[in-house]
Amino acid sequence: MSVADLNNQSAPTKAPTVDAEEARRARRRRIEKTARWLLPLLVMALMIWVWDRIVVWNEIPHFILPSPGRVWGSLTGDWAILWDSALLTGRITLMALAIAVIGGAGLAILFNQNKMVELSLYPYAVILQVTPVVAIAPLIFIYVESKTVGMLLCAWLVAFFPVLSSTTLGLNSVDHNLRDLFRIYGATRWQRLWMLQLPSALPYFLGGLKIAGGLSLIGAVVAELVAGTGGVGTGLAFRIQEAGYRLNIARMFAALAIVAAMGVFIFAALSLLSHMLLRKWHESAIKREH
Amino acid sequence: MAKIAPFSERQELLRVNAVDKVFPGDVQALRAMSLTVREGDFISLLGPSGCGKSTALRLIAGLSAPTSGRIEWAKTRAQGDLGVVFQEPTLMPWATVAQNVYLPFRLEGQPYNAVKDNVLEALKLVGLDKFQNAYPRELSGGMKMRVSIARAMVTQPELILMDEPFAALDEITRFKLNNDLLEMQARIGCTVIFVTHSVFESVFLSDRIVVMAARPGRVIEELHVDAPYPRNENFRTSAEYAAHCRAASQALELAMEAAA
Ligand SMILES: Nc1ncnc2c1ncn2[C@@H]1O[C@H](COP(=O)(O)OP(=O)(O)OP(=O)(O)O)[C@@H](O)[C@H]1O
Ligand SMILES: [Mg+2]
Repeated sequence: MSVADLNNQSAPTKAPTVDAEEARRARRRRIEKTARWLLPLLVMALMIWVWDRIVVWNEIPHFILPSPGRVWGSLTGDWAILWDSALLTGRITLMALAIAVIGGAGLAILFNQNKMVELSLYPYAVILQVTPVVAIAPLIFIYVESKTVGMLLCAWLVAFFPVLSSTTLGLNSVDHNLRDLFRIYGATRWQRLWMLQLPSALPYFLGGLKIAGGLSLIGAVVAELVAGTGGVGTGLAFRIQEAGYRLNIARMFAALAIVAAMGVFIFAALSLLSHMLLRKWHESAIKREH
Repeated sequence: MAKIAPFSERQELLRVNAVDKVFPGDVQALRAMSLTVREGDFISLLGPSGCGKSTALRLIAGLSAPTSGRIEWAKTRAQGDLGVVFQEPTLMPWATVAQNVYLPFRLEGQPYNAVKDNVLEALKLVGLDKFQNAYPRELSGGMKMRVSIARAMVTQPELILMDEPFAALDEITRFKLNNDLLEMQARIGCTVIFVTHSVFESVFLSDRIVVMAARPGRVIEELHVDAPYPRNENFRTSAEYAAHCRAASQALELAMEAAA
C-alpha cells in the first residue's frame, strides 16, 4: 500500500439538502447584505428630510442654514467650479499618498535593513508625526517657493507615519520558524526580504495605507487652508473658505459634501485593493460562517 | 538516494561531541551531550519538557552554536542536505502548497520548471498532489503537516530534523502520519532525528531512542529498538512493541527522577 492510497482526501461530496439552520443562516446573510446599503441610505433620506423641515418650518434664512434643495442647487449649479477644485485637491491628495507610501514603506525597509539608521532617524520620524501639521504648515510655506510642493509636503507629513510604523511592525513580525527555515536553506538577505518579510508585512502595510489615505486628504485640506488664496489655492478647502467669506453657505455645504465623498471614495478604493491582494490567503479576508 | 543499510553496516553521518549549551542567565540547556548519528538511523530524542531536545536540534541544524564541544560532520554538506519539520507546519500562508514545497529549491535559485517533477513527487509521497494549488488555510492541520514534511523531503536530504511534528495532532492522524513517515523514510533513505514526548511514538518509529533528563539537559540512556522495518499496525500491537515501550517508560521515569 502506498502512502497516497492511505489518503482518502478526495473532493468533498456535496450535501444533497440544506438543513433548516443553514437555510436560516443563508436568509439572514441575504437580509444583512441588503441592509448594509439600504439602511444607511434610509438614514440619509430621513436626515435630509428632517433638515429640510427644520429650515422650512422655522423659516431659517439661507445664509444661516440653507435647505437641502439649495445645497443641491449649488452642487449642480456650481459644479464646474467645484469639480475643478475637487480635481486639484484630489490630485494633491493622491500625490501625497503616493509619496507617503514610497517614503513610509521605503523608510521602513531601510530601517529594517540597517539598525543604526533606524536608531538615528526613528525619533525624528516620531517628532514629525506628533507635531501638529497646522503648526508646521505656515513655516513650510515661508521656505518652500512652490505652493504645490508645500501642500504635498504638508500632506506627506501627516500621511507617511502610519505607513512607516505599520510596515515596520510587519517586517518584524515574521514567523520565527520560517525565519529559521530560510536560514537553514542558506537564504540571502535579499531573498529573506523579498520572499519572506515583504509578504509577511503586506497585511500590516495595507492597514497603514487605509489610514494614510484618509490622512493625506486631511493633510491636503489643511495645507490648502494654510496656503491661503495666493497662487494655486483653488482647491476645495479654498472654495469652502471663500464661500464662507461671501456667506454662500449652500456652496460651503456642497464643497464639504464633495470632500466627504472623496474621503469615502479613497477609503473604499483602498479597502478594495486590500481585499484583492489578501483574499486568497489572509485570515482577515475569510468570511466566517458564525 | 541509497537504500537504508542494515543497522550494523551504517556509515557515520555526524557526531555530537561533548556539547554544552549555556544560555544567558546560566541556564544549562545541555551538558556533555554526545551522540553518534549514522546514515539511515531513525533516532528519537525522548525526554521531559525543558531537557534540551529542541536545543540539540537547533545545534545540529546550525541555528545556534555550542558553548563548548563540537558537532562534527563526516563530510561537507551542501544547501538542501538538511530538512526540518517544526511543531507547527510553518508554511507561508501567501503561497500555494506547491510553492511552499518548492521553497528550498527556490532559495537555491532553481527555476520552478526545472524541479517541478520533484515538487509533485514529494506531494504525491505525502498524498497531497491533488492539492498543489490550494492555499494553506484551506487545509486541515494534518494536511498542513504533510506539506511541511513534503517540503523537508523535496530536496532528498541526508538528514531530516523533526521537532515534535505531530504533537498538536489528534491520535488517529498521528498514527497515520507515523506510518506514512516510516514509509517515506524508507523510500528516500534519509536519516531522521525526531523529537517527541511520546514513548509510544518513539518506540514505533525509531531504531534508537535517546532518553534525556532536564536541569541540566543530558543524555540518560540510549535504547535500541531492534524490531525490523517495515513496521505497521501488527508491530503496534505486538508483545515486542509492549516490551520496548515498557523499557522506554522506565528509562523516562529514571530521567524524571534524575531531574527532581
Ligand atoms: N534562547 C534561549 N534563551 C534562554 N534559555 C533558553 C533558550 N532556549 C531554550 N532555553 C532553555 O533551555 C532549556 C531547554 O530548552 P529546550 O527548548 O531545548 O527544551 P525542550 O526539551 O525542547 O522542551 P519542550 O519539550 O518543552 O519543547 C529550557 O530550560 C529553556 O528554558
Ligand atoms: Mg522543544
